[in-house]
Amino acid sequence: MSAPPGITELAAAAAKLAIPHIDYLSVLPIMVMLGGAVVILGWSSLLRRPMDSGWVTSLTVLTASATLILSLFQWGAVLAHGAHTHIDGAIVQDGFSAFVSVLVSCIVLVSAVIADSWLRREGVDGPEFQVLLLLSAAGAMTMGVANDLIVVFLGLELLSIPLYVLAALNARRAESGEAALKYFVLGGFSSAIFVYGIALVYGATGTTDLPQIADYLARNVLLHDGLLLAGLALLLVGFGFKVAAVPFHLWAPDVYQGSPTPATGFMAAVAKVGGFAALLRVFVSSFHLLQNDWRPPVWVLACITLVFGAVVALWQRDVKRMLAYSSINHAGFVLLGLQAASNRGVAASLYYLFVYSFMVIGTFGVVSVVGGRGDRRHSLEAYRGLGARQPWLAGALTILLLAQAGVPFTTGFVAKLEVISAAVHAGSTDLAVVAMVSAAVAAFFYLRVAVLMYAPSGAGSEHALDGLGIDPAGATGSSGPSMPAEAPVLVARGEAGSVGVPATVVSPAPGAVDETIPAGVAFGVGLCVAVTVVFGIWPETLTSFAQHATLLLRP
Amino acid sequence: MIHLAYLLPLLPLSGAFVLGIFGRRLGEPLAGWLGTATVLGSFVVACIEFAALLARHAPGSRSVTQVLWRWIPVGGFQVHVGLLVDPLSMTMVLFVTGISALIHLYSIGYMHGDRDFTKFFVYLNLFVGSMLLLVLGSNMLVTFVGWEGVGACSYWLISFWFERDSAASAGKKAFIYNRVGDVGFLLAMFLVFDKVGSLDYHVVFAHLSAFDPASRTAVVLLLFLAAAGKSAQLPLFPWLADAMEGPTPVSALIHAATMVTAGVYLMCRFNPMLSGAHDAQLVVASVGAATAFVAASIGATQHDIKKVLAYSTVSQLGYMFLAIGVGAYEAAIFLMLAHAFYKGLLFLGAGSVIHAMHDEQDLRRMGNLRRYMKLTAVTFGTAWLAIAGIPPLAGFWAKGDVLDNAFASNKALWAIGLVTAALTAYYLSRLMAMAFFGDERWHDLFATSAGSHGPAAAGSAAVGSQMPGSTMHAPAASGSPPSGAAVPAPLMHGSSPPQHAAGQPHEGPWVMGVPLVVLAFLAFFGGALNLPWHPSWDPLGWLAPVFGSRLYDAHQSAATLWLLGVADTVMALIGIGTALPLWTRQVDRPKLEPVFLLRAWYLDAAIDLVVSRGGQLLARFTGAVVEPKVVDGAVTGTVRLTGALGAGLRRVQTGFVRQYALGVVLGMVALLAYMISRTWM
Repeated sequence: MSAPPGITELAAAAAKLAIPHIDYLSVLPIMVMLGGAVVILGWSSLLRRPMDSGWVTSLTVLTASATLILSLFQWGAVLAHGAHTHIDGAIVQDGFSAFVSVLVSCIVLVSAVIADSWLRREGVDGPEFQVLLLLSAAGAMTMGVANDLIVVFLGLELLSIPLYVLAALNARRAESGEAALKYFVLGGFSSAIFVYGIALVYGATGTTDLPQIADYLARNVLLHDGLLLAGLALLLVGFGFKVAAVPFHLWAPDVYQGSPTPATGFMAAVAKVGGFAALLRVFVSSFHLLQNDWRPPVWVLACITLVFGAVVALWQRDVKRMLAYSSINHAGFVLLGLQAASNRGVAASLYYLFVYSFMVIGTFGVVSVVGGRGDRRHSLEAYRGLGARQPWLAGALTILLLAQAGVPFTTGFVAKLEVISAAVHAGSTDLAVVAMVSAAVAAFFYLRVAVLMYAPSGAGSEHALDGLGIDPAGATGSSGPSMPAEAPVLVARGEAGSVGVPATVVSPAPGAVDETIPAGVAFGVGLCVAVTVVFGIWPETLTSFAQHATLLLRP
Repeated sequence: MIHLAYLLPLLPLSGAFVLGIFGRRLGEPLAGWLGTATVLGSFVVACIEFAALLARHAPGSRSVTQVLWRWIPVGGFQVHVGLLVDPLSMTMVLFVTGISALIHLYSIGYMHGDRDFTKFFVYLNLFVGSMLLLVLGSNMLVTFVGWEGVGACSYWLISFWFERDSAASAGKKAFIYNRVGDVGFLLAMFLVFDKVGSLDYHVVFAHLSAFDPASRTAVVLLLFLAAAGKSAQLPLFPWLADAMEGPTPVSALIHAATMVTAGVYLMCRFNPMLSGAHDAQLVVASVGAATAFVAASIGATQHDIKKVLAYSTVSQLGYMFLAIGVGAYEAAIFLMLAHAFYKGLLFLGAGSVIHAMHDEQDLRRMGNLRRYMKLTAVTFGTAWLAIAGIPPLAGFWAKGDVLDNAFASNKALWAIGLVTAALTAYYLSRLMAMAFFGDERWHDLFATSAGSHGPAAAGSAAVGSQMPGSTMHAPAASGSPPSGAAVPAPLMHGSSPPQHAAGQPHEGPWVMGVPLVVLAFLAFFGGALNLPWHPSWDPLGWLAPVFGSRLYDAHQSAATLWLLGVADTVMALIGIGTALPLWTRQVDRPKLEPVFLLRAWYLDAAIDLVVSRGGQLLARFTGAVVEPKVVDGAVTGTVRLTGALGAGLRRVQTGFVRQYALGVVLGMVALLAYMISRTWM
């Protein structure tokens, strides 16, 4: 037996492979995110019983806080030393990436806190939810720092795959599995399109490195740029799918409705942040010279996304579904900033994403409480009289909905103002008008919920809702007959896990609606409301934060 | 120390916030005390600020702008939330916080037992906070926020007892009249921004050359429209009389310290712009003088004690606008201060009387109260002499200052002012005579209140007066442990000791007495702020950096001043001398109360005829023609369109993955087609 002949040559060749210098400090936030996930998973696998969900949440919050602090340090470093690329140009550390990292850390933090009580209530405690949260967030952060189309794709997949599983997490609900399957199939489909787009761009420019693409375009005049433009189109499809822009949005309503409610909030925030971060970076900084080619289709995308989201949301009787269309409408607004293709537009989009994330997570936090045990009271009727039953909850939801509608003195107003003024500044006044009209239409369905909450609930007593014979599951769309209440075993398990958090699983009477606000939700939603109101009155801090979050390659 | 200025509006606003959330838990007296404490805190801060400002001597150093944060950064349109601390705003702040603190204190006693005790203090704090924002704003927009806040709070407070129809409609009336003025403010703001490109007072006044005479006059007149709405000048004053439907401390707050002085402040703030616009100045002065006279003539005939005071306020505000119109801003501020003292006192005194009379407000059912309410009688009497213009009380100096300036500028307006001075003395002496002197005409009120209160209410209603407590407090009474089979409704301001059921008016608790004494002191000695004799004694001279040099010092000789002063005094004495004999013994003199004046010159009716009827006609026209054809068509059209659109688009959402994928593919194909078409072209 002689050694295979090539092995020494192979070894020699391997030694010649240029392994880039890895500056671990630059990817530390992502590594901490992933590390936190690994630690939680590893630790819980060593335990005999499922890990106490209080511990899991604490560890998740700890990880997110650490990431938040590291991201802020990176922000400081960028401010002090300017932007840099690392790992052979694969990732970039600039104001933009730091902003995205900060935002994603906040999203994880708030989502984890809000999800905690839901997990106990639904009896899906165990580390999986929070681990997936961390993994997906790491993906979003990777998309934020990606400086190479391959890394963008890596981030995209790292972001998406945990989201598919999150959608399926509530195995007791058929819709949950259905949502996950749809999301997964369509996600895979669009990923394939996206990769093909990368391949075409590589074919046209000979590189996947974002600054090098820009460089190549600046140095060469392409006589036959069909390949490149086709690649651009496919990339836009992939991104459009991720951020749920019409007509690539079709998955969103079903998935939002079917997924566990806290996961929906997280998904709505993190997928948009990750998707838009990469979309903005790729299109605004790398393909800036082609903006005459890509701005018109983005104009059309933004336009139909704005209109479609607002108009169809009017017709929804299911709140989660309505919020799905509302988030499609929001995506249209963020596209406005992209369409402006300017620094101002990027800053406006970032600001929008920031405030949108808090609004949407807070909103779904409230929805998860109103949803009750089994997570299925999501019809509009369930909100009738909430103002009398749970004034704090209704008040918080009112503020968040008003903010989403863009009422002054909330962040929503400032955000809409910024993207619209960026669009006007870039000469897209027509699009700005469409955006404002769609905001006016959208105000209707936000206010409808707000009004409904303060409408008298029939006889006015707390139990009137049940007395009216409203079937909580009646309007949840494609769901079958409502499922029986959870097994007592799960109740006990939920109770055992509480450390300082009241166990809300024990419902007082069969059929009665338990809408008590768990401490975690109170904290998380309170934080979202505080951000929404405080930065709505003092927008300056946040807007200047977004304005300083510039891209490495500025248009 | 100047940087503490942000605390001034913040304290009452946070008080309102805390009370709004925890007020119910704090409960009755505590919520009131908290509300009072925040305003008192503001007053202390105001004193500190005042001292800090006084300590600065360099010219121009007494005007400090504190930018809190950038509010609306939209391209060229930059608005900061900033506070302007200068002699004018500090003067306003000092007396707004001072008087408001006293009124808060008084309200603890007055609103005792009211079902919505805490809510009252929420509004009251919000009111004061808004007023401070209005006064301190460093640009027109911040002032406007305060302006609107004051308007909204006045609506809530005037219709505080909203179960009563008259209160609810009075609140609406105040709000609508104010809205008319607000339109003026908004248009002025647009015009200023159009000309200067900024709303900051400093910037605007530094770029006055940007205004051509016409636009300058327009801005001033539009601002005057705003001021006329808020400060109840002709023809927008009817709301102020109706505003008496609110609880009496609210009337005091609106009339003495906040709200109505906002218009005066606004005009004074814009004095650099006003001073060059001569036509507009004449309009302001004439409207002011006319308002002073008209309101005084109406006040001379009213029967409701609060209505008399309301018209008196309108009349005094007319004096202030007269002063502003002739360029004597300092005199206007001086009168505003003096007026704040004695009008606050009059209202609080009237509140004591009403409180004691079981919510009876009709002067014809009072009389000889000085025997039973010594403190109120003495303090009220001080205010009476002060406003009538008897030297050496504050009113004499303040009104004299205005009239001297008017004399120097426009003799006709001065003459109107002088006649009005006599009328002023007359109507207040009439009030005094009817309430505190003469026969005791109130015994039946007390006789019936001890027994069944039904006839009392009926009798009172027959006189044409309202019984604020009778309906509102009934729920509160039923909520508390019943003290007997029937709880007499008029007794619901339950602080009264038991003996008062025996049939005598009585003084209120000490929290109601202290403000009276403090204000009486101020009303007596307040004139010392601006004695004309000696140039070195000139406390109000510190306003000079805002207003420029004074007017009449340059024109009037000492002899003229003496002469004018004597004329004022004589007029006051004529007024008093006529009224006291007429009204002490006999209260029923229809000849002296012509219907024309009783009905306030039919102004309300005229406005009703023009605006309301006209509006109804317009409404009928739109209702019959525009609405169904045009608007409805558009609305239903839009609804049908979006409906059809939504219903159609909704069908896209089939739930089948293959069709979703098809959607993605179609989108992709469209994008690809577009991109490839670009390469071919």
